[in-house]
Amino acid sequence: MHEWALAEAVIVAARQEAKKQNIKQITKVQVKIGELQQIDLDVFKFALENIQKIYDDLPLDENIIDLEVESNILKCKVCGKEWELQDLTHLKEDESEAIHFIPETAHAFMRCPGCGTPDFEIVKGRGVWIQSIEGVL
Amino acid sequence: MDPRLSVIDRRLEKIENIIAVSGGKGGIGKSIVAAASALILAKNGHRVGLLDLDFCGPCAHVILGTDKLYPEEEKGIIPPKVNGISFMSIISFTAGCPWALRGSEVSNAITELLAITQWGMLDYLFVDMPPGLGDPALDAIRLIKRMKYLLIATPSKVTLDVMKKELQVLEELNMRIIGILENMKRKENESLSSKLDGLKVSFLGSLDYDPHLEEAIGNVPELLKTGFARQLHEAVEKFI
Ligand SMILES: Nc1ncnc2c1ncn2[C@@H]1O[C@H](COP(=O)(O)OP(=O)(O)O)[C@@H](O)[C@H]1O
Ligand SMILES: [Mg+2]
Ligand SMILES: [Zn+2]
Repeated sequence: MHEWALAEAVIVAARQEAKKQNIKQITKVQVKIGELQQIDLDVFKFALENIQKIYDDLPLDENIIDLEVESNILKCKVCGKEWELQDLTHLKEDESEAIHFIPETAHAFMRCPGCGTPDFEIVKGRGVWIQSIEGVL
Repeated sequence: MDPRLSVIDRRLEKIENIIAVSGGKGGIGKSIVAAASALILAKNGHRVGLLDLDFCGPCAHVILGTDKLYPEEEKGIIPPKVNGISFMSIISFTAGCPWALRGSEVSNAITELLAITQWGMLDYLFVDMPPGLGDPALDAIRLIKRMKYLLIATPSKVTLDVMKKELQVLEELNMRIIGILENMKRKENESLSSKLDGLKVSFLGSLDYDPHLEEAIGNVPELLKTGFARQLHEAVEKFI
């Protein structure tokens, strides 16, 4: 499960940020998970829980991390068309897995439905992102 | 906040030396020098990795003669082994499909790959750099802080000029420079070293233009038998 690597990133980043802001106890970490990355939330939560145990000097309760899945929007740089990848399960298995690892590989497997160019951008819903951290000073 | 940035140093921490093979221009032999150096050191018993960072024109896999590269999942992804080298390339994911994407998305893809790749313990990681000092080169500088640069130049005035500009930027940014390696030398009595006056970097030697190199591309045992590989071996011994 490669989710482990991203879960570790969330924990390490949250702790670094807390230190920077002199936060003694983290009370909330808001994490956005882009839909394109198709993260298995249960696997991700399980990883978060296990990684937290390794860093027990600044405990971060599993319930403190709030995961929110963000829907995706792609936009063509040429014709301006905006679209949402509705059903990622329609992709071939290896393509969907590649996007799971590196969302940008979408550029290898799809083209703008308006004009056919690969020159589109992922506007929203890409991957794992820390939206905010709250805590007690 | 991008959480990935906080783990990249950890992913690279068990690598002794990270060597970027760069030089500004395209087509000067960065990829072949990076791949062949990695092969030579692996053959000599070192633990070696190769990262193809030329996301818009990956070709290290062509030199190694492989396209079936499936990384294993284990707390991230583990680079597949090719001829004793831990090899990571974007082609493991794009499955041979052509792709085109802009700088900001290349940056995102590079960040992702660096954040999830578990290299483990290595003596050397060679980074096959893309041409130019655009987003990927700047990302490499920003994200792989311990990187040392091996700069390639050919006898052409054109490549020399571009390489010198890259060198100036790298020096400005306090990046470590291993030295300059001349490639595709054709004239016996004309060395690039004479044209490097005033530069404070080591000259690591010259690799001749090897007319038989092309036939050995994609065939590692043959590649290691070429005159090119023999000369490169001598040069590599100087800087490792
Ligand atoms: N010393 C050499 N003799 C002959 N051909 C060479 C030599 N060095 C590089 N080449 C060839 O030049 C081409 C470009 O090399 P490559 O490593 O892909 O350059 P870059 O990565 O700088 O774009 C390849 O076909 C390679 O085999
Ligand atoms: Mg190259
Ligand atoms: Zn379009």
